[in-house]
Amino acid sequence: MRILVVEDDLEAQRYLVQGLKESGHVVDEAGDGETGLNLALSRPYDIAIIDRLLPKMEGLRVVAEMREHGNTTPVLFLSALSEVDDRVKGLKAGGDDYLTKPYAFVELLARIDALMRRRTPAGVKTRLEVGDLELDLLTRAAKRSGQDIDLQPREFRLLEYLMRHAGQVVTRTMLLESVWEYHFDPQTNVIDVHISRLRAKIDKGFDSQLLHTVRGAGYMIRAAVA
Amino acid sequence: MSSARLRLVRTQAFRIVLLYAALFALSVTALLGFTYWNTRRTLDAQADQIIQAEITGLNEQYQRLGWQGLYESVTSRSSAGGQALYILADGSRRRIAGNLDSWPTAVTPDSGNYIEFDYERRVNNVPEMRRARGQVFRLEGGGFYLLVAEDVHDRDLTQHMFTTTLPWTVGLILLFGLLGGALMSQNMLRRLDSINRTSGEIIAGDLTRRVPVTGAGDEFDVLAENLNRMLDRIERLMKGLREVTDSVAHDLRTPLNRLRQRLEQSQARLLASGQDAGEIERAIAETDRLIATFNALLLIAETDAGAARGAMTALDLDSVAGDVAELYEPLAEEKGVKLTLETGTGAQIEGNRSLVAQALANLVDNAIKYTPAGGKAAIRVAQEREGVVLSVADSGPGIPEEDRARAVERFVRLEASRSSPGTGLGLSLVAAVAHFHGTQLRLEDNGPGLKASLIFPRAGKLVPPRPAMAAA
Repeated sequence: MRILVVEDDLEAQRYLVQGLKESGHVVDEAGDGETGLNLALSRPYDIAIIDRLLPKMEGLRVVAEMREHGNTTPVLFLSALSEVDDRVKGLKAGGDDYLTKPYAFVELLARIDALMRRRTPAGVKTRLEVGDLELDLLTRAAKRSGQDIDLQPREFRLLEYLMRHAGQVVTRTMLLESVWEYHFDPQTNVIDVHISRLRAKIDKGFDSQLLHTVRGAGYMIRAAVA
Repeated sequence: MSSARLRLVRTQAFRIVLLYAALFALSVTALLGFTYWNTRRTLDAQADQIIQAEITGLNEQYQRLGWQGLYESVTSRSSAGGQALYILADGSRRRIAGNLDSWPTAVTPDSGNYIEFDYERRVNNVPEMRRARGQVFRLEGGGFYLLVAEDVHDRDLTQHMFTTTLPWTVGLILLFGLLGGALMSQNMLRRLDSINRTSGEIIAGDLTRRVPVTGAGDEFDVLAENLNRMLDRIERLMKGLREVTDSVAHDLRTPLNRLRQRLEQSQARLLASGQDAGEIERAIAETDRLIATFNALLLIAETDAGAARGAMTALDLDSVAGDVAELYEPLAEEKGVKLTLETGTGAQIEGNRSLVAQALANLVDNAIKYTPAGGKAAIRVAQEREGVVLSVADSGPGIPEEDRARAVERFVRLEASRSSPGTGLGLSLVAAVAHFHGTQLRLEDNGPGLKASLIFPRAGKLVPPRPAMAAA
């Protein structure tokens, strides 16, 4: 994937670029808003990672200009600003996701993956499948190996989100944001308990495990390698 | 309507004007009373003088010309018309001469000086009772009596005029006072209302509002200008505070970001070369704790500064409570705490969803953390007299009364909770969120346990709608 990184803190930029390259992405970088905007408008990118505070042109302006020029590249904002209002402002300005510094690199990678997945919707799906686990989005029924699984509404949404991102790492924050639509930091890791409940329903009593914990990052649902 | 009228009556201006009207009415009453008293005294003195002169004159006649002379004098003076009244009577007070038809029954020879009595007089053949003032004179050596009097009907008319005018005058003064008071207080209320409205909007977070100045240059304009100057200053300070928070955030997050990145890099390198990265992992965990504390502090500071006013929406507390209960229910179950939810009020408040949810989550988190297995925690949304109450009650150890005020202070971790994980900022944030919504975090004894409540004003009532008129 081609990724544009616009970040004025050179050390952070170097680290980000290096990490993304190691993860197999092609990366261009810019140190200020103007250069960033020029790059974004002149080359096709799959995703743009843009800092909020940039010299020459503010991050919000860069994205607003991109959108004005009809550029729909997904944008992930990075911000070292205080948080309460800024997330809303960032998303209003045309950003697709918002990450506050300092962040874990795995969190950034997971969000990039999610943004990419969102960009390429394979038509309107009514069924999701991972291995022998099936989720019918119309009847809201879950089955594994033909066996009915009884899910609470929130468990259904949790499973749906995981299955839509099958094979990708999904972080706890992403789950809280997408499944519960909250952007706060629960003091205790409540998400873990929900996951273990869900795991008990979909994995317990079956040969292969589908729902995996990715150490230091989050969770991933994927079919067992045959 | 009636409450608007009541407000008018309650104003200071109205009360002052009414007080002045009452004082004025009192002084008018006193003035008229004195004038009346004085006039009457003068008129009586005049009548008495005339009577005295008449008696002296008639007595002279009697002395000089004897009985016959007196009789003639009385008869001639009686027919002269005017206000003078005479009656000459014998020892048993039968009339002999004079213009009074009969001796007035109210008058006896022993009646002292200047007695008043009623007599009948024909005016155009219509009998009329009139008042007179006179003196009895006993003729020496004859057993005859002479009554000389003056008709004081005019004096009584004056008196009557005074007594009928007075209530009207006082009534009119009070009426005009009332009208004047209403007018003045309405005018004052209008000016004060505009000041109060603006203050309300400012309290609700719109710091750009200013009190209108009419240009009349009166004391209200001076007040408005002073308030506006004060607001300019507050706005500058708030903006400054925001900038400081932003730069503190930026200046601390940038190095923290680099620190975390370096640790991640080292971890990746160690793992790639097959070495043990446990030490680095622990360092990362510590960094994350540091970041969490920093974020919590910043959020409290921002919330306290009211920085997120823009994110206020109509909020269904039932659904927020439902969400949070659902989020924490598995955790509670794992800890053996029974978490219950009581909603269904349909209560709407005006608030920031994320902040209210975070505050409630902190309360529920605490309740679950401190309640031993087998205990209970209850989330409740209720409509009460004071507003919409969102409360979390648990059956844990509670907080001793003397510690409750301290519990919401930043970084305060009470003795009992030192061993549990946490930043010590949970309740501070709840308090800040409460403050942000114009309410307070109330900690009470749940007997046993702790009950923490937030009392929200109902939707649409966040801006104090009632100007502080009650203080007047």
